Amino acid sequence: MQYILIIIAAVFVSNIVLNQFLGICPFIGVSSKVETAIGMTGAVTFVMVIATLVTYLIYYSVLVPLDIVYMRTITFILVIASLVQLVEIILKKISPPLYQALGIFLPLITTNCAVLGVAVLAVQKDFSLLESVFYATGNALGFGLALITFSGIREQLDLLNVPKRLKGVPIAFIVAGLMALAFMGFAGMV
Amino acid sequence: MSKTESTFINMTATLVVVTLVAAGLLGSVFALTKEPIRLAELKKKNKAIQIVVPGFDNEPSQEVKSMFVDGDSIYLYTARKGEAVLGTAVETFTNKGFSGEFKLMVGFAPDGTIIDIAVIKHSETPGLGNKMEKGKSDFSVQFMGKHPDSFKLAVKKDRGDVDAITASTITSRAYCDAVTRAYEAFMESQKEN
Amino acid sequence: MNQWKNFSKGLLKENAVFVLILGMCPTLGVTTSATNGLGMGLATTFVLIMSNLVVSLVKNLIPDKVRIPAFIVIIAAFVTVVELVMKGYVPALFDALGLFIPLIVVNCVVLGRAEAFASKNTVWSSIVDGAGMGIGFTMALTILGAVRELLGSGAFFGMKLISGDGLLLFILPPGAFLALGYLIVLANMIKEKTS
Repeated sequence: MQYILIIIAAVFVSNIVLNQFLGICPFIGVSSKVETAIGMTGAVTFVMVIATLVTYLIYYSVLVPLDIVYMRTITFILVIASLVQLVEIILKKISPPLYQALGIFLPLITTNCAVLGVAVLAVQKDFSLLESVFYATGNALGFGLALITFSGIREQLDLLNVPKRLKGVPIAFIVAGLMALAFMGFAGMV
Repeated sequence: MSKTESTFINMTATLVVVTLVAAGLLGSVFALTKEPIRLAELKKKNKAIQIVVPGFDNEPSQEVKSMFVDGDSIYLYTARKGEAVLGTAVETFTNKGFSGEFKLMVGFAPDGTIIDIAVIKHSETPGLGNKMEKGKSDFSVQFMGKHPDSFKLAVKKDRGDVDAITASTITSRAYCDAVTRAYEAFMESQKEN
Repeated sequence: MNQWKNFSKGLLKENAVFVLILGMCPTLGVTTSATNGLGMGLATTFVLIMSNLVVSLVKNLIPDKVRIPAFIVIIAAFVTVVELVMKGYVPALFDALGLFIPLIVVNCVVLGRAEAFASKNTVWSSIVDGAGMGIGFTMALTILGAVRELLGSGAFFGMKLISGDGLLLFILPPGAFLALGYLIVLANMIKEKTS
């Protein structure tokens, strides 16, 4: 039950994009088409879950015993960067179609703050290993939900007559604001 | 100067050197800031103790007992003036806040009456949940001088005696949860004596 | 290159937040007050200047293929320095900014400047570029923080100007998106007027 709650909380109540402001760059950057949004979600989910798992293990089996917790940021970002490379290589070998679908998004993920953010939050919140895996999954789903919904709205927006000054990025932010408002309705559910 | 070539040895060596230099730099900065960080945390704690059990002349942060409750630690600091015990400051927590965990310092007189409550650390929403902080609203004032035996530590919606912060019932409930946990820990420690 | 031009481009013409739309996470996440925006901006500026300085110094020693990882390590080191110093000397601000301090590492502005500018230019130009970009970023965050604080709680840098609660919406997450959207429109209008 607690694992389901962690997922629901991460997807709806404190949505990573609309409530915690992580991963805004891809949220604004790759949300003009639903198709690319789905690809990005796939890549992020993949990397976020593995990265959280690996950084969690390194944090508690290397950094804490050696008393060098201050190396956290460097270690985590290096793990994420190498992981992205590794995933890219492996994917290319074992599943070319999947690589075709996700490949172009992978390099962008290193600087996606949602991935580093979730990894850091998972150790900050004193989760157990299993809890942090569920936490990462929930956040990836939350990212996907926000991104895909948003890209759907933006596709429709292209067909509308938006005031000239608001075209493009400004209207995107305003739509995101209204979505965040809608998501506040989930507050207190968990 | 010409650009270093991307041979395997060069690449590995560069990354190793960069990481080692970075680690060395951080190690020394960590050593330099270790003491200020400890002092800053101690100061924050002492300030909170000062608010919730004012007037002591010992060093309560030295007279500390810890208790392990609900997966986290609660700390009890004894404040004295001369020989007499003024009260106990209890560092307590809740995981039920709107944005997860927050920490409070609750001061109890020896008979269990709440002297005052201060917020140590929280990430509740500014303008809503953060009204639990002293000075931001009168929410924390209603606890002062109340005894948990006669003042039910729950919001009125839950048939308690606490007036919740407007539009922040979750934060208010969590606050009561933290204070209740502090009171239970305090009573437990009184039994031992 | 004209150093003044190099410096001032970060302020408006190539402002990281309003024009390039980079570094959005801290921009939206910490700007519940002008003080927080200013603090975050200054921390980022420090990292920008230092990483630009170091990257431009070592640019020829680093093989091309490991360029990005090496830059990231350099940036991460300075971010941790900021984190430790803030924790020790300005604990209140450290608590307010929270998670967003380690996340300076993945602020696209910092890596972007290291890659696009410092790895190709002299040390002095890189410092000036970092300072300009950083101050532009700081300005943007402070303005957004001030607008949200003023509308949301009727205060300016923590000083209460208007009594009462204000429009709470602007302190809450949706207000961050809305305020930034309209500020971008405003910045575009100013940019058109000046050029």
